[in-house]
Amino acid sequence: MKYLGWRLLHGVGLLALLSLLSFMLSQVASGDFYSQLRNDPRISPETVAALRAQAGIDRPFPIRYAAWIVAVSRGDFGYSLAYHRPVAPLLEERIGATLILTGAATLTTWLIAVPLGIWSAARRGKWGDRVSTVAVSLVLAVPDLVLAIALLVLSVQTGWLPAGGKISRGYAQMGSIQQLRDVAWHMVLPVTVLVAGSTPVLIRHTRASILEVMEAPFAMSARAQGIPRRRLLYRHLLPAALNPLISLLGLSLGSLLSASLLVEIVTGWPGLGPLFLEAVMARDFAVVLAVVMLSAAFLFIGNLVADLLLYRFDPRIRTVD
Amino acid sequence: MNRRWRIGLTSIFIALVVAPLLLAGFVAPYPYAEQHREYPYAPPAAVRFVKARPFVEVGGRWCEVRLLPGNGRLFGVAAPCVIFLSGTDGNGRDVFSRLLYGGRISLMTGLLSAFLSLALGLAAGVVAGYFGGWPDWLLMRGGELVMALPWLYLLLATRALLPLHISAVEAFVWPAAIIGAVGWVRPARLIRGVVLSGKERGFVLAARGFGAGHAYLIRRHLLPLTGSVVVTQATVLIPLYMLAEMSLSFLGLGVEEPMPSWGNMLTEASHYHALILHRWLLAPGVAAIPVLLGFLLLADILLDGRHD
Repeated sequence: MKYLGWRLLHGVGLLALLSLLSFMLSQVASGDFYSQLRNDPRISPETVAALRAQAGIDRPFPIRYAAWIVAVSRGDFGYSLAYHRPVAPLLEERIGATLILTGAATLTTWLIAVPLGIWSAARRGKWGDRVSTVAVSLVLAVPDLVLAIALLVLSVQTGWLPAGGKISRGYAQMGSIQQLRDVAWHMVLPVTVLVAGSTPVLIRHTRASILEVMEAPFAMSARAQGIPRRRLLYRHLLPAALNPLISLLGLSLGSLLSASLLVEIVTGWPGLGPLFLEAVMARDFAVVLAVVMLSAAFLFIGNLVADLLLYRFDPRIRTVD
Repeated sequence: MNRRWRIGLTSIFIALVVAPLLLAGFVAPYPYAEQHREYPYAPPAAVRFVKARPFVEVGGRWCEVRLLPGNGRLFGVAAPCVIFLSGTDGNGRDVFSRLLYGGRISLMTGLLSAFLSLALGLAAGVVAGYFGGWPDWLLMRGGELVMALPWLYLLLATRALLPLHISAVEAFVWPAAIIGAVGWVRPARLIRGVVLSGKERGFVLAARGFGAGHAYLIRRHLLPLTGSVVVTQATVLIPLYMLAEMSLSFLGLGVEEPMPSWGNMLTEASHYHALILHRWLLAPGVAAIPVLLGFLLLADILLDGRHD
């Protein structure tokens, strides 16, 4: 498919440009990983200079960029100065933790929001719809950050849920089923926060897109022909209303790596979020760059998947070709 | 209720919840940096009414709360007594006062950065939409590049360009400037669309036919068309940017101590000891909810109006 190839090329170009730009930004940023050492009177400037030379960050920009590209093509994304190891294995552990969290949250969000949105649209203007619309606005007004801290307070006070982290003490001694249950138990809080943050938006979009096709002439004629309500809703209206929902699906797939950053930091979940923040604070640019490039690539892939799904499920856009 | 009423009521609601923040210097009983070292982590004051006069308990004594005690504040208690409606933090600073001052800073950051984003978006959108060609291509591809990044990284990277030690005023202006500068793409795209369609409308073509110049066409005919998009986007962006400021300051990269903001006050609330013992430190987060709700409701009503 010519379109797909074109899109891929475009994406690779975008990512390459982005890496160049990020690299330049890291150049003009004030300070590097060894700036802190310079303030330490016990460490001589020569030592710092030697360390910088060893790490290769005193080399000119084009050479460093080329070295980084080579590292990326080798698949290790450079060397983390803070962790003294290549970036790739470091990221692998963290990506797993983040994806479990965001994957569970995204799945839950879609399972809750789409039926609720349809339900709300089918009862437009009635009590159920009004109550859910108000509830959606209220939940939307509670910042993730505040909800996370409030739930932490609740779980500390009541002991119902663990207060942050991913595993309990004594995790290593548990059997594998117990381990699974332990992690799931720790996931409840962050996943709740993520779901509460993204569900209202999705409910709204589902409701709006169903309402829009309800007004369409084909829906009216279907109704006039006496097609049962339920069948009309699920067989006729839902497929026609799918277009914006698929775009949103692409967006939530694309933000799988970056959506939980703040929640992870608040709840102490050992995912990409805390790693990224630490790397930014310590100016550990190899890690920063790798995280940024990965999440940008995810965003791009998410959008691409959405476009392909649209092409598959919405015959209306195929006529453009 | 018709739309006009709903807009009016929501605006009144916003004005009511925002007024105490804007008047923080009057409503708050203490300045934001004043430390009461002998009262670290004091719990919220218990206020009792005796014969319709409010009293507050401090260390076993009851002191009367006076309206307009004469120090230029709305209410207060006589000298040896103290009043902490929402408790104090670890430095003995009144959380209620800091919450009001901090809310003012968070709100101002939201307004300032929304204004900046809209100004940049308007400029970029008009140039891209009106002139087309390579400026359009360049601006839209640049926008894609910005949108391809998770916004927090953009914020952090831009923050990293600045020196570490900055004055109090700069500490407030910079987060606003960064948040605003990073968010120009969405308004720019919307405004570009409005300008693109407006360019082909009859009265614009007619004005051009009569020999109107670019500057005149943009100023008199195209900019007024973007008005409703700009207003709607403002109501969408303000709560979004207040949240951005809260996140950034929470992470220690935005507004800095001793200046309060809702974000940096929540940093202390998330510490483990606060979760167990000092729940009142969560107050700024609770205070944020009605303000955000007001702006979100207004944005909803305005966005809804587009389809009518």
